[in-house]
Amino acid sequence: MNEKMASRILRTLSREKAFYFFTSIGNYTGESAASLRTFVDKIREMNLKSLEFHFYRGDFEKWIAEVLEDKELAEQIGTFRNSSPIGESLKNELYRILVRRYSKLKSMLY
Amino acid sequence: MKFKNNTVTLDATDLKILEALQKDARQTYTAIGKSLGMAHSTVYDRIKRMERQGIIKKYTTVIDAEKAGAKIITAIMTVFTDPKESENVAKKLCLAPQILEVYTSLSEELLIIAKVIAENQEGLHEFIACSVAPLPGVLRIRTSMITKKFKETQFSIADNSKVNIYKRNP
Repeated sequence: MNEKMASRILRTLSREKAFYFFTSIGNYTGESAASLRTFVDKIREMNLKSLEFHFYRGDFEKWIAEVLEDKELAEQIGTFRNSSPIGESLKNELYRILVRRYSKLKSMLY
Repeated sequence: MKFKNNTVTLDATDLKILEALQKDARQTYTAIGKSLGMAHSTVYDRIKRMERQGIIKKYTTVIDAEKAGAKIITAIMTVFTDPKESENVAKKLCLAPQILEVYTSLSEELLIIAKVIAENQEGLHEFIACSVAPLPGVLRIRTSMITKKFKETQFSIADNSKVNIYKRNP
């Protein structure tokens, strides 16, 4: 990982590439995230139903790996899913993983 | 046939012809004329006039998708929108082949209601997440999957005259 890669992962995406939060198939909450920074904030605020929906479909990992292009973070989330977390423990640990990664990437820019 | 404020007023003969066509659009002018007790030339003239006026929009085939082997799911999608963007959202939805019907409705909020088809639930979600949610002005979306169809029909001259929606002119 170098500064250029960190900068790419932290970029702001277009509307089309943003992550859109749903609570179930076809039910969009109205919340979206177009960067890792806003994604971290949304995870902290998002209702548990939406988090569990996306987490167990693998949507977070897919978006992080394919759109943000952060394979390492996607793998960390995948590993965490193997422990089958639910509710607040899912939210808290997911948030912790994301904040840790975000802080690391951000520190590489300076 | 009379014109009133850009609309066409149909007389009883026009309505009878439309009713006959809605029952079976493949029947001949002669057959329609015979069943209604009028000359086939009258039937021909009136049908041609109604086609020109856009009252008869087209002749089509109603297909039973299930019997034709098409495995699809249907859903009713309600899109809550910013009023300023509602028209644009509706127009963009109209362009998608997955969307069969699009309507707007004003209840407490401005809504777009659309009928959507997809090959499965995953396809439906993918379409809504990638093509509908990102449209500017979309505030949130509610989707209900249709599990059983009890009735599906088109506007019918015969049925609507029974409930007085369409009043026949003498």
